[in-house]
Amino acid sequence: MKPEREYLQAPLLDVRNLKKHYITPGGMFGKPGRVVQAVEDVSFSLAKGETLSLVGESGCGKTTTGKSVLRLIEPTAGSITMDGEELVGLSAEKMRLRRQDMQIIFQDPYASLNPRMRAGDIVAEPMRNFRAKNGGGKESENDKLAWLFSKVGLRPDAMKKYAYEFSGGQRQRLGIARALSLNPKLIVCDEPVSALDVSVQAQVINLLMDLQQEFGIAYLFVAHDLAVVRHISHRVAVMYLGKIVELADRDTLFARPQHPYTQILLSAVPQPNPKVKATRQILRGDPPSPANPPAGCRFHTRCPQAQPVCKEQVPALTVRSDGHLVACHVQ
Amino acid sequence: MTSTIPSSVHASVQQPPLLEIDQLSTHFDTISGTVRSVNGVSYSLRAGETLGVVGESGCGKSVTALSIMRLIPMPPGRFAGGAIRYKGVDLLKLSEKEMRKIRGNRISMVFQDPMSSLNPVMTIGVQIAETIMLHQKLGKKEALARATDMLRLVQIAEPERRVNEYPYQLSGGMRQRVMIAMALACNPEVLIADEPTTALDVTIQAQIIELLKNLQAKLGMGVIMITHDLGVVAETCDRVVVMYAGRKVEEASTEELFERPVHPYTRALMASMPAMNAAVEGRLLEIPGIVAASHELARGCAFAGRCSYAVERCRQETPVLMEAAQGHSVACFRWREIAQQAAPQDDLVGAHS
Repeated sequence: MKPEREYLQAPLLDVRNLKKHYITPGGMFGKPGRVVQAVEDVSFSLAKGETLSLVGESGCGKTTTGKSVLRLIEPTAGSITMDGEELVGLSAEKMRLRRQDMQIIFQDPYASLNPRMRAGDIVAEPMRNFRAKNGGGKESENDKLAWLFSKVGLRPDAMKKYAYEFSGGQRQRLGIARALSLNPKLIVCDEPVSALDVSVQAQVINLLMDLQQEFGIAYLFVAHDLAVVRHISHRVAVMYLGKIVELADRDTLFARPQHPYTQILLSAVPQPNPKVKATRQILRGDPPSPANPPAGCRFHTRCPQAQPVCKEQVPALTVRSDGHLVACHVQ
Repeated sequence: MTSTIPSSVHASVQQPPLLEIDQLSTHFDTISGTVRSVNGVSYSLRAGETLGVVGESGCGKSVTALSIMRLIPMPPGRFAGGAIRYKGVDLLKLSEKEMRKIRGNRISMVFQDPMSSLNPVMTIGVQIAETIMLHQKLGKKEALARATDMLRLVQIAEPERRVNEYPYQLSGGMRQRVMIAMALACNPEVLIADEPTTALDVTIQAQIIELLKNLQAKLGMGVIMITHDLGVVAETCDRVVVMYAGRKVEEASTEELFERPVHPYTRALMASMPAMNAAVEGRLLEIPGIVAASHELARGCAFAGRCSYAVERCRQETPVLMEAAQGHSVACFRWREIAQQAAPQDDLVGAHS
């Protein structure tokens, strides 16, 4: 935690009422398909140099939210402002220029590196795409490249290699170097360490945290590993079936989870300590389909504390005494 | 177990192990040389016990399991030495026909990815019944009825309906339940679970772990739990084997291992994990570098290149397993000095609450 972080300044990124609906391929005889509400009315903001994590299970909409922020997925509705500028509705060219400040690191470092390009070209490509605007010639590009490789802990001779010659952790370092090359203000990290082994995962987490310290980059960190999230985040948003159910400071959220889903999610993580006897509520069944979400609170079908009101009214995300945002009728 | 410390002495000398892996070496011949995926590994499993096998990708934990099942493709794979004894019978010496009576019947396996291990064009009932018909000589009708019972056993709702469904109609958690039902259909004595919850969400993982624990209490089979998740180990296993680059580097009871890990790799693995229930500030402990490719392994300890304790001897000689305490073996020359120091996670983050 960086206590000097200023809550009061205008946020770097502000997402309001973001929605992403997909239409499933239609039924027979031209019937329209069903609407899948992948992201439904999600709002949050992110300050400069801050890490906000989006956590939840597969299909909760966390990755869709992350990609919508960069408009790699076109939002159905809502507003996304970066540095006060509205991104939704920007022309393709204006959006392209805006993306210099907004980069992304993907989950699968292999699938996101061109196998026919040398590592140096992969990392330099964003700089070349924007060279006209940034000025600078070949020399400054080479200097920057050498600097980027050393920043992410790769040797200079790695520039000549192809992606297949790197290990998983090194590939993820390449992805990070590429994201850093334009000095972005925001990086969306989409499960950046979940494909890595534990020992290598620690290297990449440390690298991301060091870079944030040094350059004040904000991270929108999409992950399902709650231990990693606890380590890296300033604030955490928990999502269930396309909606944020709880959003709070990291320490508040982990110490005093309020939403029944968050409580169950946190208790489900196995503890690496055989002396701690698991005291957990086991969630029965599977999450309902986002094509047919339950009415009222989307969690009520699996919630141990559900009341009649939960079936009828959608709970709003409201501020609680400790600054916590919770969407629950009961808690 | 001949040349290594018999690590099972402490528990029950009188009870012979159900499954005994003795100096197993499974190698693969490739164009770039011989890959020693499993290099002289020994461990044993007793009835009703859960043994954890932990390590990172490529450490040989899954190849050991596939060797037990005799599912290693040959060539390029070959057994370069050792034995796998199930109730005293060396499985490596059995003919394929004899092995088929054991595989899926007395020893069965659950894989990580249930979707790719289920046949997409057969109903799950028929897939479970297939095993039962093959091994128990039951007719199709009885076998399907038994399949429905198995689905009920693994707590699938509406088993009568689900038995006629196809894998794509089930969620990931349900598919893993089907895999478990299939593995348990013939009431095996050994169940090998290879990363059974890695592909699942954490709430579903909790369901599956709970299910496996209950089934073991009920049916009494020995379980080999292969995983990279130390949390899963702490919750489910009685004893743990830690593997690195094709070798066993440490073995102890679960409590002993978490309390007094002595191999530098085990200690580094524990300290590099972010903790769930402790507020952690600052950096995680890193294990520098990466695992050396196993055909590059020359002499010396395979971990020496990444180990903060390594000395010249570690690069020259390969450490054998030594007894660090009763039932606790470790392959490290410097374990005595290392054991003197506080647990690595204490130095870094303060003990887990």
